[in-house]
Order: sequence, then C-alpha cells, then structure tokens
Amino acid sequence: MAECNLESKAFYNAIHQDVLIGSRCKDCGHVSIPQRLICRVCHSDQAEQIEFSGFGTLATFTVIYVPPTEMVEAGYNAKNPYCVGIVALEEGPRISAQIVGLDLADPGKIKIGMPVRKTVVERGPEDKRKKVLAFEPA
Amino acid sequence: MTKKLSRGVAVVGVGMSKFGAFPEKHSRDLFVEAYQELKQSVQNGFDPKEIEAFYMGNFSSDHFENQAHLAPIVASWVGLSPVASMRIEDACASGGVALRQAVLAIASGQCDVVLVGGLEKMTDLSAARVTDALALAADTMFEVPAGFTFPGFYASMATAYLDQYHADPDALLKVGIKNHENGALNEKAQFGQRISDVMASKKAKAAQKGLPIPEWADEMAFMKDPKANPMIAWPLRLFDCSPVSDGAAAVLLVSEELAQKYTDHPIYIIGAGQASDGALAERDSLSSVPSAAHAAAQAYEMAGLTPDDIDFAEVHDCFTIAEVMATEDLGFFPRGEGWKAAMAGETARDGKHPVNTSGGLKAKGHPVGASGVAQVVEMWKQLNGLAGGRQLTPRPTVGLTHNVGGTGQTCVVHIFERRS
Ligand SMILES: [Zn+2]
Repeated sequence: MAECNLESKAFYNAIHQDVLIGSRCKDCGHVSIPQRLICRVCHSDQAEQIEFSGFGTLATFTVIYVPPTEMVEAGYNAKNPYCVGIVALEEGPRISAQIVGLDLADPGKIKIGMPVRKTVVERGPEDKRKKVLAFEPA
Repeated sequence: MTKKLSRGVAVVGVGMSKFGAFPEKHSRDLFVEAYQELKQSVQNGFDPKEIEAFYMGNFSSDHFENQAHLAPIVASWVGLSPVASMRIEDACASGGVALRQAVLAIASGQCDVVLVGGLEKMTDLSAARVTDALALAADTMFEVPAGFTFPGFYASMATAYLDQYHADPDALLKVGIKNHENGALNEKAQFGQRISDVMASKKAKAAQKGLPIPEWADEMAFMKDPKANPMIAWPLRLFDCSPVSDGAAAVLLVSEELAQKYTDHPIYIIGAGQASDGALAERDSLSSVPSAAHAAAQAYEMAGLTPDDIDFAEVHDCFTIAEVMATEDLGFFPRGEGWKAAMAGETARDGKHPVNTSGGLKAKGHPVGASGVAQVVEMWKQLNGLAGGRQLTPRPTVGLTHNVGGTGQTCVVHIFERRS
C-alpha cells in the first residue's frame, strides 16, 4: 500500500509502482478515482486512500483513427488505430484509459460490459518514458 | 425559489463574420467584420460611446494565435477603449458564457449597454496541433493521457447511447445531412453545400482528374462510404464532426427599458441557465450531458416555459451525437427517443422541433469562442423574419440556445422571445 496522499500527482506515482489508488469518503463511503480530499457527494473532507483490485468492466469506448500528437508519436495512425474507453471498476467508480489487447478490425464486435483488468503502457521518448494506466481483456 | 433577472435584457442588434478558413486574417479582423454588420443591424443606430462593457468569448487565442489578453486589443480595434473589456474562457461555451455575464451585468443595474463578442481563429495551426489545443478543454491529467481526443469523447458517448437505447447509428448521419441542408441556405456558413452537392463536386473532381467516377445510390450511401466519409473515432465519421473554423460574432445587449430606443423589434432574453460537471468518466450518465439538463431547467424555470413552448433551437452539435443528446437534455424528446426524432425528420425546418436552422456547428462552422454568440445571430434572424431561404414559417416567437463547453463540463442555455 502506497503512503496515503490524496493529492492528484500521487495517482501517477502509484501507477509507476503498478498500483491503482483512489479514495473513500469516511463519512458516506463514496469511492473516487483519482483520489480526492473533498467528497463530491456529501462534501466531507475526511477521506482515506484505497487500492483498487484493477478489475472492472468496459463502460464505453471508441477506436481512434485520427490521434493526437502524443499517440502519433506512440506509433498510432488511421491504419494503426487504438481503443480508448471508460472502465467501471468493480469497486464502483469509472476511469478513462487506453484499452489494449483488442482486435480493432471491427470495433462493432467490442462489447460494452466486457470484463477488463488493469495493465500499464509506457509512452514517450527513451529518456522521458512515462507509465500510463491501461486496461486489457480479463 | 424561481430566480428571475432583476431587470430585463434585450438584444437590439447582431452581426457575424463569414465562417470558414481565412489565412490572411487575424481574429480581430473577423471581429471587426462582425461588428460592422452589428452596427448596420441596429435599426436606429447607436453611439459606440454608449457601450459600457465588452464581454468576449474566446477559447484559446494563446494557442491558436500566440496571443493572450485579447479582449482589450479587440476592443481597441473597434474603437471602444477605455471600456471594460474581458475575455471569458469556458472552452466551446466561451461565447455563451460571455453572453450570460453580459446579461447579468445589465440585470444587476451596473450596465445599460453591453457588447458581447465571440471569436476564434483556428486554421493557422496544423490539424494535429488543433487537436492538441482542443484537448486542453478536457482534463489533461486524467483524460487526455488515456488517448482521448474530442471526437473520441463524443464517440464514446455515442457508443454508450447507441448501446443503451439500441439506436440505429444512421440517425447520426441524418443529423449531418439535415444540418448541411440548412447550412446551404446560410450565406455565412463555412459549408454552403448539401451532402448531395458534396457528392456532385466529388464526382466532378474525379472526372476532371480522369479518375474513376464514384457512384452512390443516395446521400446515406455516401455517408456510409468509408472512402468518402472516413472514420475519425468509431462510430463517428468525418461528417459527424464540426469543422476547424475561423469566425467571429457580435451582439448588442441593452436593458429592457432602453430597447425601444434602438429598435422597434428587439428580442428579449427571458431565460438563462448555466451548469458545470467533472470529467466524463465520473458522471452518472455517459449517454447524456447532465450539465445541459441542469442549465435548461434553470432557463425554463426563469422563463416560466416548458420544452414544448420552444419554437426552435440552436444546439451545440459539435458532433452529430451531441445534437441527439441535446434534444433529450433540453426536453424536446424523452430519453432514448432523440435518435428516432432525428430519423423521422422532427428536427428539420418543417418538423415539430426545428433544430439548428443555421446549419449548426456542423455546417455553419465552429470557431469555438464564437459559436455561442453566433447562435444568438440565428435567434435574431428567425424571430425577426430575416432568415431568408431557411426562415421558419410561421415566424417563431420563442427560441433557445444551448452552448456546451468541452464534453459538457460547462453548459449554458438562453431563451429568447419576440414581443412584436
Ligand atoms: Zn462523502
């Protein structure tokens, strides 16, 4: 378990250690990802850090054929598209992430509700490699 | 408790530049063009010295033109210094929020005459740099690193919507065809072409180059052709997306009691609402825009109206799915029925709920900061019977504008009525 830190950058520090963290409101139990101090449901500022299992289901998705610069640099283009989506974690909250390990020839075959699990992708030039959250079919 | 404006606010004149790609122009030049047209539209004229504040919607002159602090420059270019001038930034809702701030300035009694502007000059950057700049309207810490683009966000909403309601994706293509029909009747539109015109011009181009001439059975066949209408972010194709545009719009607002001094046919702002939201992933619904429903509820309550009282609407169709969701968020159709209404032509000019008679963002163009203000231009034209070939008959009495920022982190809604 990473040290309790409810500030935004702690999320990526944890990702670099292969851990997916969030927060739970000690007053109403609402779970957030990324972690945050102030609860958006009951406005309490008493939150604790939690660690997610990394399992969830695909809530929605798209396949991108016209990528932004960072994804172009990662090798994606119209002929080599990538999937990005929103995953509903089994603990409740949703998070945006790249979805890897799918056959993208016919995006219509990708199903909302499909089980997925956490993984990590690395992007960026050799000297500035960064780890980014991703999911793959479970 | 119903929130009313402390005093009434009226639009007494409007103007807009042509929307399109203008490599020779700076955004300030486009605003001068809009302002010149605004001056002509105020029936009894006005003295620029009467203007007490300038609220200007602009998303990102910083990135598009390497220029921050744009409002005082633009104010100077239309001769308004030393009038209080400010730039409002709420992504694609910048123009609508600038309008709202101007409304509140007049309602508060602090100002009687206020100029509202909206402008954006986007086409100087490469397509990839524009994509990057637009992505700044999302959460760059937790959404953009996933690989999302703006078409990607709306495509994900489309995937959720189509799945949840077992909707026919053809409905999205119908929205694009309809908005191009309307845009062809708007001389200010970036695309003055129906889809059938686009088909004809592609055939002519192929013939000219001696290439095989493409054949399509009808507009829908063209829209489904992956060569003619390539996938951008599945399931959204090129013609599901609003274009990258340059343009500006201007509106003159005055307090209700002064309106008749300027014109015999002011239009009155009778409802206003605005709401916000967090990242797309954290919303309860992925198939609607909750902030739009909140903003609309405020505006309807202020106006004392229901969705059925709205004769026509200009909605934020940055992508075709956005128009479908808007017609539900605004209450024109029940949840899950918006796509059927689009298929059935209910949002066409002769439909029960005409939407985007101007051509919308899709065909008119989407210079992001200008879009929310240009929607008011269409309100003025339709309510005053000045919309030419796209004029609704009978002439409408009440119209609504719906301007969304980003994926719906901001939405602002206004309701307008004529009294003559
Ligand atoms: Zn709570």
